Amino acid sequence: MNAGSGEYLIGARNLVRMFGSRRERVTAVEDVSFGIREGEVVCLVGESGCGKTTTGKMIAGLLKPTTGQVFYAGKSVWNPRGDRGEDFKKFRLGVQIIHQDPYASLNPSHTIYQIMSAPLLHHKLVANTHEALDRVIELLTTVGLSPVEDFLYKYPHQLSGGQRQRVSVARALTVNPRVIVADEAVSMVDVSIRVGLLNMMADLKRNLGVTYLFITHDLAVAKFFAWEGHIAVMYVGSIVEFASTPQLINNPLHPYSKALLAAVPEADPELTRSKARVELRSQDIPSLLALPSGCRFHPRCPYFEPGLCDVKRPELLPIGENRYVACHVAAREAGAVS
Amino acid sequence: MTTSQALMPKTGIRYWPGRFVRGIGRFLKLMSRNKTGFVGFLLFLGFVLMTTVGTLLVPKVTSADITAIYEPPSKAHWLGTDSQGKDILSQIVHGGWDILQMALLTGIISTFIGVALGSLSALVGGGFDAFLTMLADIWLTIPRFPLLAVLATLVKLDNMLFLALLLSVLSWAGLYRSIRAQVFSIKERDYIEAATALDLGMWHIIFSEVLPNMLSYIAISFTFGMTSAIYAQVGLVFLGLVPLTRNWGVMINLAWTQGAIFFKDSVYFIMAPVTAIALFQLSIVWMSRSLEEIFNPRLRTG
Repeated sequence: MNAGSGEYLIGARNLVRMFGSRRERVTAVEDVSFGIREGEVVCLVGESGCGKTTTGKMIAGLLKPTTGQVFYAGKSVWNPRGDRGEDFKKFRLGVQIIHQDPYASLNPSHTIYQIMSAPLLHHKLVANTHEALDRVIELLTTVGLSPVEDFLYKYPHQLSGGQRQRVSVARALTVNPRVIVADEAVSMVDVSIRVGLLNMMADLKRNLGVTYLFITHDLAVAKFFAWEGHIAVMYVGSIVEFASTPQLINNPLHPYSKALLAAVPEADPELTRSKARVELRSQDIPSLLALPSGCRFHPRCPYFEPGLCDVKRPELLPIGENRYVACHVAAREAGAVS
Repeated sequence: MTTSQALMPKTGIRYWPGRFVRGIGRFLKLMSRNKTGFVGFLLFLGFVLMTTVGTLLVPKVTSADITAIYEPPSKAHWLGTDSQGKDILSQIVHGGWDILQMALLTGIISTFIGVALGSLSALVGGGFDAFLTMLADIWLTIPRFPLLAVLATLVKLDNMLFLALLLSVLSWAGLYRSIRAQVFSIKERDYIEAATALDLGMWHIIFSEVLPNMLSYIAISFTFGMTSAIYAQVGLVFLGLVPLTRNWGVMINLAWTQGAIFFKDSVYFIMAPVTAIALFQLSIVWMSRSLEEIFNPRLRTG
């Protein structure tokens, strides 16, 4: 995938991020590449600790990649020396992030009006406080917080988790972003509120053309939110499969994607019985300090082939229209040429 | 436009006396939310009034009156008289301003040093932070009061500002450490990251995102800085190391050396300044409860 090409609004090429000192280095993200087209949704799916959030923060420009490049609107975000590129300001406001924890993402000492008017006034997006108020009211209505007068002068601790998350979205919208990185944005919200929140975010995509990088550990949420988009499945720091959502849900190729899908409970008992079972060889996620050789998944993989999988690292190979898989066995079966 | 105007904050009074009165009203309303805090505030206000306006109402007694030594409280002398027959109430009223002024000054200076260095250290990090932290650790091992006592014999501590500065410098390390820890914790929160993504700038992040979350803590540190400054000053005066004009500390010293050891009649002489200091300290500690509520919206319920 050529993430830097004009085809994609935002993308990553060979992103690597390491943490820790020289003596004890942990590679949280190793070699992640993908691209998101304007108005599209890409879901980053994987279990906790696989580097989803780190990838999201690098895409949002909040973490500098150790190596690799982030592209926004066809331009690289970091210049060759690793400093902010020339269009960084445009990128900074163009990509906004929504955090997982609605209880930590709003400053407890400000009212909702203060939280939302600060970016409007700071970037001179409105002329005066009257216009700021009009815009805040408009945005609060957009995210479904009405009647607005019940929220404007409240403090975050007076709102529920779902309402706070809506304020987070509204705050991100103040600077008219083109991309929103939603980092597990609904996973800490009550299940009953989740669908409403997801629908609201989908409306933003439809009405404002917002592009999403939607990070989640829940395939059911990914399926609901990104049916017309793509899913990237991550496993200990790299993308193992990238496919359009219907393809991935109906016909996963990578054994890890299959295992993830098999773990999603179905409401229909008939469906559960007929669903393909994937027997993993081990349930343990490998430690980031001692990554397995070759394919990172081989100690758990049911298709494990000794002499191949534990020696050679599989590449993310194209096996169809915007479909990629990083597995020796799956790629061979799909007829990909490396 | 009409609906938004109705929702506009702080509409109405725009000329300054009205705003000023409104501000005072809001302040009093917030102060009175906590009963204990409000009592402390009123007591504090009482002390301030007594030592400022009170000096105009109660005449200063300068001459001794040997016919009225150690008199118990009476209509003429509300708190009795001292070893020279001087009115004790007058000495209390005239001897407090020194202490109050010094306490406020020390509180302001020490809080400023602690907050400025603490947040700078946490935000700059690296070698600067490591150096300051080491300095603070060493500083904390120095016993403050003995050092002050030794310093007082070397330097003439008769200047109020100088004394306040000295007390603040000696006590910077404690507040520095706690403010540094607070900033470290706050700067990693998600809303700081959101502010970074919204490109609100360093200035906004420090003063609008980080600082408001520490204000209640800072206010309380300020009050404790005041109380410890009072103890330090009174202690120095009591030991006779600081030649300040007659204040509460000097009164304790005089009462102690001239009578309290021998005569039980001198109980009013020694208890008056001791009670004044204790009550003033209490007022500050109580007041800090209201201050905490003012600066922390989560404590304001309903």
